[in-house]
Amino acid sequence: MNIVVLVKQVPDSGAERTLRADDNTVDRAAADNVINEMDEYAIEEALQLQEAGGGEVTILTMGPERAAESIRKALSMGPDGAVHVTDEALAGSCALATSRVLAAALRELNPDLVLCGAESTDGRVQVMPHMLAERLGMAALTGARKLTVDGDTLTVERQTDEGYEVVTAATPAVVSVWDTINEPRYPSFKGIMAAKKKPVRTVSLADLGIPAEEVGAAGATSAVLEHRRRPARSAGVTVADSGDGGVRLVEYLATEKFV
Amino acid sequence: MAEVLVVVEANAAGVKKVTLELLTHARELGTPAAVVMGAPGAAAALTDKLAEYGAAKIYAAEHEDIDNHLVAPKVSVLAHLVARVQPAAVLVGATQEGKEIAGRLAVRLDNGLLTDAVAVAADGAATQVAFAGATIVTARVTRGLPLVALRPNSISPTPAPADAEVTPVAVELTDADRLARVSERVVEQKGSRPELTEASVVVSGGRGVGNAENFTMVEELADLLGGAVGASRAAVDSGFYPHQFQVGQTGKTVSPQLYVALGISGAIQHRAGMQTSKTIVAVNKDGEAPIFELADFGVVGDIFKVVPQAAEEIRKRK
Ligand SMILES: Cc1cc2nc3c(=O)[nH]c(=O)nc-3n(C[C@H](O)[C@H](O)[C@H](O)COP(=O)(O)OP(=O)(O)OC[C@H]3O[C@@H](n4cnc5c(N)ncnc54)[C@H](O)[C@@H]3O)c2cc1C
Ligand SMILES: Nc1ncnc2c1ncn2[C@@H]1O[C@H](COP(=O)(O)O)[C@@H](O)[C@H]1O
Repeated sequence: MNIVVLVKQVPDSGAERTLRADDNTVDRAAADNVINEMDEYAIEEALQLQEAGGGEVTILTMGPERAAESIRKALSMGPDGAVHVTDEALAGSCALATSRVLAAALRELNPDLVLCGAESTDGRVQVMPHMLAERLGMAALTGARKLTVDGDTLTVERQTDEGYEVVTAATPAVVSVWDTINEPRYPSFKGIMAAKKKPVRTVSLADLGIPAEEVGAAGATSAVLEHRRRPARSAGVTVADSGDGGVRLVEYLATEKFV
Repeated sequence: MAEVLVVVEANAAGVKKVTLELLTHARELGTPAAVVMGAPGAAAALTDKLAEYGAAKIYAAEHEDIDNHLVAPKVSVLAHLVARVQPAAVLVGATQEGKEIAGRLAVRLDNGLLTDAVAVAADGAATQVAFAGATIVTARVTRGLPLVALRPNSISPTPAPADAEVTPVAVELTDADRLARVSERVVEQKGSRPELTEASVVVSGGRGVGNAENFTMVEELADLLGGAVGASRAAVDSGFYPHQFQVGQTGKTVSPQLYVALGISGAIQHRAGMQTSKTIVAVNKDGEAPIFELADFGVVGDIFKVVPQAAEEIRKRK
C-alpha cells in the first residue's frame, strides 16, 4: 500500500505566537518552527503499516522554503521520500486554497492512503482532511485513535465527544489521527544520516497547473480585518493554605455565586 | 429578511446547547432557519425546542442513511439548501462534526470559511480567538456567503419563541455520500455530568492528582458544583482520565463561567484550552506555578487537603 503523509511546519506551540502587523498573517519568521506535533503520529502510523504490509511512504508538505528542515526531520523517522510544494505565491493561502494545492499534488502521487494529523496547532481548523476528501472524491475517516487495514478495507475507531465510533471505508481514503493512536519513534542516528540522501522533489504552482493569483493572499476567500492582543488576564488573589484553604476557596466561590 | 441556516446538532437528550447558541447568534443576521438532518422523525422530536429559541423555519432532511455515514450526506443536503434558499449566512457549531461539515461545504460551494468564531456581527464579520486565546481577530468571508463555525459557550442562549414552520427536504444520497460507513457508535458512560465544551462549570485535574483512583476527588467536586470534569494532557497521558476529557491545545477548548484547576501547572498548551473562562480558580502546592498568573483566586496548598475540605464546606452550605 502506498501512503502519503501530510506534514505541516508550524510555529512551536510552546512559544509566543503572533500575527504580523503589516499583513495579518502568522509571523513565522519570529517563531521556532517545528513539525506539527500531530503529524508525527501520522508518520509513525504510516511506518507501522509499511512494516506490516510494504509499499512506499511519502511525505507531502506545502510551505515556505524553510519547511525543508521539517521535511528532513520527518524523513529521519523512516519515510522513503518527500514532495515539497513551495512557491512564493502561496504565502497567505486560506484553507480552501491549501486544500486545492495539496489535492493537486495528491492526484499525481495517487496514494492508496493519505494520513494526516487531526489538526494543526497553528490553524487548529481540523478541516484539511475533509476538504481533501471532498476534492479527491475519497472517504475521510477523521480523528482516529486506532486504524486497521484489511486488504482494501480501512476500519477506524474514531473518538467523539460522547465516546467513539467505528467507521469503515474502502481505499483510497484520507485518515486523520489523534495523539492517542501510537507513540512516535525518535529518529536514530542512522535515520538522520539516511534522511540526507532521500529524494525530496520540489514542486511549484506552475508544475501543478494552478494559477498563482487563485491561491495565496491574492486568492484568499477570507480576510482578516484587524487583530489585537487580548488583554492579558491579571492575577487575582492567591492565598497560602494554612489549614483553611478549602473553606476560603468555597467562600470565594460563594461571593461569585457559584455555591 | 433573508434566512440564516443553522445546522442543528442533537443527541439522545435533545437539541445541543451549542445549537441554541447558534439560533441566538442567527437572530442578529436574519431569520433563523434550523436545518435538522437525521433519521425519519428526527425533526419532530426537536421542533418545540428549536421554536422556543427562535427558529422561524425548520428544514427537515430525514433519511435512514444520514446518521450511519460521516458528514458527507449532510453536506449534500446543505449544498442543495444553500442553492435553493440563498441564505444570508450559514452557521455551524465549532464542534468536531460542525467543522467537518463546514470544511466540506466550503469546498463544495467554493466559499470562504471562518472557524472558531466567538461572535458574528450583522454584516457577517466574525470575531475569532487565535493562538491560545492571546490574539483577537476580526475577519470576514470574501468569497461567497458568511460560513461561520461558532464555538460552544460563546453566548448565553436566550429564548425568543417563533413559529418553526416545518418544511420537509427531499434527500437523495449519492455513492460519494456513502463512502464512510459508521458501523458502531459507542457512548462511554459519564453519568449525568454535562458535556465538557458546553458545561458552565469545569473542574480539571492534572498530574498532581497522582493516579486514576484519585480522580474521584475531582469528580466529586465537579458534581457538587454541577460541572463537567476535565484533565490536563499529563493526566491523560499518565492514564488517569480518558482523552476525550483533555483540555488544551490538543484537546477541547472550554469557556465556562468557572474553571477549577487542581494540580495543574498551567503550561501554555493547557491555557490554550481554558483561558477564555470567565472565572478561574486554582489549587497547586507550588506557589510559582504559572496557573496562578491567570487565576482569579488561587490556593497554594495540597489538593488532597484543600479539595476534600472545600467539598465538605459546600455540602455544609447546601
Ligand atoms: C504540541 C503540544 C500540545 C499539547 N497539548 C496539551 C493539551 O491539550 N492540554 C494540556 O493540558 N497540555 C498539553 N500539552 C502539554 C503541556 O505542555 C504540559 O506538559 C501539561 O499541560 C502539563 O500538565 P500538568 O499541569 O497536569 O502537569 P505538570 O506540569 O507536571 O504539573 C503538575 C502540577 O501539579 C502540582 N501538584 C503536584 N502534586 C500536588 C498536590 N498534592 N497538591 C497540589 N498541587 C500538586 C505541581 O506543583 C505542578 O504544578 C501539550 C504539549 C505540546 C508540546
Ligand atoms: N500546508 C500543509 N502541508 C501539509 N499538510 C498540511 C498542511 N496544512 C494542513 N496539513 C495537514 O492537515 C492536518 C490538519 O490540519 P488543519 O486542518 O490545519 O487543522 C495537519 O495535521 C496536516 O497533516
